[in-house]
Amino acid sequence: MHEIRYSAPATVPEAVALLAADGGAARVLAGGTDLLIQLRAGTCPARHLIDVKRITELARLEWDASGALHVGAAVPCWRLAEDRRARATFPGLVEAAALIGSTQIQSRATIAGNLCNGSPAADTTPALIALGAVCVAQGPRGSREIPCESFLLAPGRTALQPGELLTEVRVPAPAPRSADCYQRFTPRNEMDIAVVGVGASVMLGPDGRCTAARIALGAVAPTVLLAPDAAGVLVGTTLDDAALDRAAEAARAIARPISDMRAPADYRRELTGVLVRRVVAEAARRARGGK
Amino acid sequence: MAIRTQVSLTLNDEATDFLCEPRQTLLEVLRDELDLTGSKEGCATGDCGACSVLLDGRVVCSCLVLAVEAAGREVTTVEGLADGERLHPLQTAFLEHAALQCGVCTPGFLVAAKALLDRNPDPSEREVRYELAGNLCRCTGYDKIVRAVLAAARTMREANGGGGRARGE
Repeated sequence: MHEIRYSAPATVPEAVALLAADGGAARVLAGGTDLLIQLRAGTCPARHLIDVKRITELARLEWDASGALHVGAAVPCWRLAEDRRARATFPGLVEAAALIGSTQIQSRATIAGNLCNGSPAADTTPALIALGAVCVAQGPRGSREIPCESFLLAPGRTALQPGELLTEVRVPAPAPRSADCYQRFTPRNEMDIAVVGVGASVMLGPDGRCTAARIALGAVAPTVLLAPDAAGVLVGTTLDDAALDRAAEAARAIARPISDMRAPADYRRELTGVLVRRVVAEAARRARGGK
Repeated sequence: MAIRTQVSLTLNDEATDFLCEPRQTLLEVLRDELDLTGSKEGCATGDCGACSVLLDGRVVCSCLVLAVEAAGREVTTVEGLADGERLHPLQTAFLEHAALQCGVCTPGFLVAAKALLDRNPDPSEREVRYELAGNLCRCTGYDKIVRAVLAAARTMREANGGGGRARGE
């Protein structure tokens, strides 16, 4: 690994000042499970690492009065996976977080880092997009909010401006009779990267009909895709087989996957429909009160 | 000459200081500066688990931690498992079940298994296999390792005077 400078600021303003001062040479270090590998492989040119794990505010995992969940940028996956309320409230997001890497990786890897690494196959990103989560960024000119579906611009590239720090991801309070789900397909059960990953959330009316839905597709395009048409065909239905088929078809239509060592493009497109069906059906089952 | 930073931490229950470059991983410092060579470098990409150590009680790959990040933290390596000459029940169980051949993965398995049993004293076989998925073994195979961990869990529960929780599966 080339020589680096290391800073561990105690506050967000200090971290932002360091990031802004060092321009493109600085990178934020949270869990480091992607960054340190990239540095060692010589694929990341960063000369200055800014460790955000000493910033108390970024280590918080909290629920506010509205019922929204605030996940600080330094919160590792295991904390979310072991949080009882998160498991009960956002089972899909917790499923996604618990799928990342091994126990060792879970101890370090963060939700925010999963977003900032910018992989189209990131597991938590479709789950966050399905829940309508928002990224909160702090920069030299103040703070701004970016919807998760707008955060990724290209593989490895995010909407963060130079000097901006992702401080937290906020997941809005769930509506009554709503639930989420995330599933991915991998050849191995653990320690693998999604061939396709799908996150969905559905909301039901008192009559059991779908009143709103969000579907996000991972690993089938350069960035994780929000699939508004696939979600739209579900609204007003009882989420019956015919509705699930239409959603699967709409999702397949926007998937533009590549062929690589994990799967050919055709296979990924087919799998997109299969997972959309499964994930929406499971979210619906949960929203109806199934455990 | 690169600038070296002083790092103070608790290592295997003892206050320890060392000097390191920011680019050095915790694994490099443990092995090359502190002569604790129990933790092994396998893949150096966080896939094999041979470098597993406990950081504030959580199992991590020390190849994916910078040594400077460990400042003020508690680190436990495989060298910290035994109590003097008395082996940890996991170490005894690994010997009794022949859960090792070449031994390169063993320290990582022991540390990861300790982290598992510290949190879950009565894991199912499935839980053991799942929790240890981040540790790779290329010779013994996993069966003996899993059996050794389950046996150690039993020994530790009996030593603590309990039979363990009723299993619902």
